[in-house]
Amino acid sequence: MKLYFRYFMIQLRSQMQYKVSFFFTLLGQLLTSFSAFLGIFFLMQRFHAVEGFTMNEVMLCFAAVLMAFSTAECFARGFDRFAPMLGNGEFDRIMVRPRGLILQVLGSKIEFTRLGRFFQALVMFCVIIPTCGVVWTWDKILTLVLMILGGTVVFTGLFIIYASVCFFTTEGLEFMNIFTDGGRQFGAYPFSIYGDGILRFCTFVVPLALCQYYPLLYLTGRVDTFGYALLPLLSAVFLIPCLLLWKLGIHHYKSTGS
Amino acid sequence: MKKYLTYFRIRFIGGLQYRAAALAGISTQFAWGFLYILLYSAFCRADPEAFPMEFSQLASYVWLQQAFLALFMNWYYDSDILSMISDGSIAYELVRPLDIYTLWFTKTVAARVSKAVLRCFPILIVASLLPDPYGLTLPPTPLHAVMFVLTMVLGMFVVTAFSMLIYCACFYTVNATGVRMVAQSIADFLSGSELPLPFMPAAMRRVIEMTPFGVMQNLPFRIYSGSITGDEMWFLTGMQLFWTFILIGGGWLWMRAALKKVVVQGG
Repeated sequence: MKLYFRYFMIQLRSQMQYKVSFFFTLLGQLLTSFSAFLGIFFLMQRFHAVEGFTMNEVMLCFAAVLMAFSTAECFARGFDRFAPMLGNGEFDRIMVRPRGLILQVLGSKIEFTRLGRFFQALVMFCVIIPTCGVVWTWDKILTLVLMILGGTVVFTGLFIIYASVCFFTTEGLEFMNIFTDGGRQFGAYPFSIYGDGILRFCTFVVPLALCQYYPLLYLTGRVDTFGYALLPLLSAVFLIPCLLLWKLGIHHYKSTGS
Repeated sequence: MKKYLTYFRIRFIGGLQYRAAALAGISTQFAWGFLYILLYSAFCRADPEAFPMEFSQLASYVWLQQAFLALFMNWYYDSDILSMISDGSIAYELVRPLDIYTLWFTKTVAARVSKAVLRCFPILIVASLLPDPYGLTLPPTPLHAVMFVLTMVLGMFVVTAFSMLIYCACFYTVNATGVRMVAQSIADFLSGSELPLPFMPAAMRRVIEMTPFGVMQNLPFRIYSGSITGDEMWFLTGMQLFWTFILIGGGWLWMRAALKKVVVQGG
């Protein structure tokens, strides 16, 4: 943990060397997700509700997913840059060091510019939380926190899978984007609006719905079972197959030799 | 002219080699298209009255967007050109007896077209086989089909000319990622790749349709589905022609000015 903190500080200082570029990238990130926000805003304004969810509820859902995604992306970005890392032999150097592999990969790239999205989610929460009509008792606050934490875990798991696949293909798979970026893009709306098939997929295969749709039902008072609020905890199970795949990948790893 | 055509051919054939990447891209775009269709059909169920176009028109829009993504993507920049600008190997490019603007424009267009050619057919074929309101339908009249092809080519020129402006801007900064991201996210939203323009508030939509962004993918895709017809179609096509000339001319002049200031440091 202490080592990770050192990585963290080094990355922060190095990125602060190019201040103008840093803030432009931050602004770019902010604009990207702001346009996603505008898209949802215009759609909800035109149609008022989708599958019974109102604008405020969708925005709450969007903010939670956005925050989870940006947190995961900020810290697990090293996995995203994993393909070139394998290609140029940097991973070989990592393997000879007597420290945890995952820790080093995580520390190799921390994208602070991704915080642009995080700030947006934060601002959205500030606006929505008082106005959305949810009575914020302790259990509801806990639900929201669990939604964000659970989402972060699932997205991190997806980034790990993305990297593990690189062991076998040495190149990033574009198809994984549908789960990571797609999860962010389409996860803005409760997964139930895409129909039962997608909802089931997002419950049992890639458990994004566990930290999004079900707790949201509890949060908005559609169901009263407290169990729904605790489902994000279950999504942590998703990390097990991800880490197994990672281990398998390391086992399978042959250096590219450069 | 012949020199540029040769460059086009080289780039085009080079681009065609990445078939596995294309396959991965196709499957991603299918999934993306399906989710969009599901999303909009949920909205259509919520309030069919508020839906600004026919659902089949929207479905055609979504599938065309996925099929021709490579022609209109605002985030595509030739990484060779970018590194050329930042590491100084542009000097080699400058000694060639060629016009750099035309050369880079040709290269970028060739890369886009080769990507699109590899990817579009499977998507178009499968999308046209889908059941009625969800699939790709034929354009209403042959005139629309002709205008679709014409405006699509011009639209791609506008997108490319816009990205040429960004290359020019790269001459002035060390690390251009930020400028690129800002330009790209604005263009993405205004061109309707995030949300089709008809879904935006009417006043805003009318303004955007006049800008270069409105004539990128919005125009050809909506001509295809018949959501823009008649006088509006002719007017907006004229607008597109106008922007094509302005952006290419402006970019060419800007690049000439930028190149005058370029200092290549030894090595």
